[in-house]
Amino acid sequence: MKAPSKELSIDDVVGRLESGMTLGIGGWGSRRKPMALVRAILRSDLTDLHVVSYAGPDVGLLLAAGKASKVTYAFATLDSIPLEPLFGRARQDGTAEFREWDEGMFQTGLRAAAQRLPFLPMRAGLGSAVLENDPALRTVTSPYDDGEELVAVPALTLDVALVHMNRADTQGNAQYLGPDPYFDDLFCMAAREAYVSTEQIIDPAGLTVDAPLQSLIINRTMVAGVVETPNGAHFTTCTPTYERDETFQKAYATAAKDPDDWAAFSERFLSGDEDAYQAAVKAFHEEAAS
Amino acid sequence: MTDVTRSEYCAVAIADCFADDGEIMGSPMGLLPTLGARLAKNTSNPLLMLTDGEARILKGTPPLGQSADVVEGWMPFRLVLEAVVPYGKRHVMMGATQIDRHGNQNISAIGPWEKPTRQLLGVRGAPGNTVNNRTSYWVPKHSERVVVEQVDIVSGVGRARAEAAGKAATRFHDVHRLVTNLGVFDFNGPDHTIRLLSVHPGVSVDDVRAASGCEIHVDGDVPDTRTPTDEELLLIRELLDPKGLREREVPSD
Repeated sequence: MKAPSKELSIDDVVGRLESGMTLGIGGWGSRRKPMALVRAILRSDLTDLHVVSYAGPDVGLLLAAGKASKVTYAFATLDSIPLEPLFGRARQDGTAEFREWDEGMFQTGLRAAAQRLPFLPMRAGLGSAVLENDPALRTVTSPYDDGEELVAVPALTLDVALVHMNRADTQGNAQYLGPDPYFDDLFCMAAREAYVSTEQIIDPAGLTVDAPLQSLIINRTMVAGVVETPNGAHFTTCTPTYERDETFQKAYATAAKDPDDWAAFSERFLSGDEDAYQAAVKAFHEEAAS
Repeated sequence: MTDVTRSEYCAVAIADCFADDGEIMGSPMGLLPTLGARLAKNTSNPLLMLTDGEARILKGTPPLGQSADVVEGWMPFRLVLEAVVPYGKRHVMMGATQIDRHGNQNISAIGPWEKPTRQLLGVRGAPGNTVNNRTSYWVPKHSERVVVEQVDIVSGVGRARAEAAGKAATRFHDVHRLVTNLGVFDFNGPDHTIRLLSVHPGVSVDDVRAASGCEIHVDGDVPDTRTPTDEELLLIRELLDPKGLREREVPSD
């Protein structure tokens, strides 16, 4: 019997989300973020999301659009531009609730969720402001002779995870082709349901023709749906398919500093569907080149 | 060679931080730390392991701004977080928007945590770094707004706070050096407070005190930061930073 395809449209994926959900977003900073899905959330009527992310423009955009009421993060950055301006404004204006962890704690929280454990012990966080600023965090004492008191990092259990991969098949086997998998497999396993957007859906026979076996970090048991979104990580990196669109990211970061400029930017790039976005980006570059 | 610039004194002072580390991973964050770590690898500590700042361990030491090199290993973020930081064979040199008298560092935000006046990066890996592996800091513009009595949000943990958190926090805690554009410091003053180890030539102890927002401990006469050797100057100027990017971060007066 042939397994049914898990291929969905962008709108199908967003249609499966609900307001109030805890939503994990893969990638790292301004690297291989599922931006096409994030843009679709911006167009939706979803609200009150708790976003869990190694934050980049994904979180900045969701905060600015009033979609995220809570964010768990270790940092927020655009990488080549150190600070994420929309995230910074939301923090400074206090427009959402924020939980800031050490980036290793963040990985450990995802791993605990992936392994269905209530917590995992870790040294990171001890002595820092993290424990003070997230009063829900507790410590745990080793039952062995060392008696060390460590941070009990709680599971970062997610309702839904969204990740973007270079290639996938229709069943949800997915691979990265760049130098770093980031934490996308952990995001998928920490979630009740995970959706993979990808540059290209191909036959599984093609996945290992030109890429090593160990690039297949996500298998179909971890995935509820797959959506093909070419250039879907834009303007973040999707190495080696494409690198970050630095010109566009700079325009984003500049526009984000001023409410009027941001309104114009949003109108130009974020008011239509994904095809309209990609067309507007193309026009932006043609303008810049002429 | 003549006319050693301030940035070149900074580069060798940073290189000296890594000199006795042996075969560990150096994680320099930012421009001068990268220059200093690459300099150390070419001189005092050839065993130092360095990456391109992303996922590749580099065999050699390409010039600043470049990462093309022979790759000798893989170091994605997940391995940094789970197999290097807690493993402990690492020396990170981070920046600091604020660093205080007790060696606490802040890169998270300025102002109250609930509603900061200026959001910065977040704590990043600073809490884990400081309780797991040797940590140093680099401050390119020493001022009373940066070197302070007490940081707003403790990202990197100083000794007193580590001790208050218990033995699990002190077991591997090792805040090693602070290098600024004015001098070199450690945190071995009374009660693990900031202590001035050397001033860069042209800087006085009074200059350092005037530029600091907290008391700076001094043991007797403070020496000048050592002069780079001819070999080090050649490496800095010809191999590691031929474009002089270091002068942009620490301009010569």
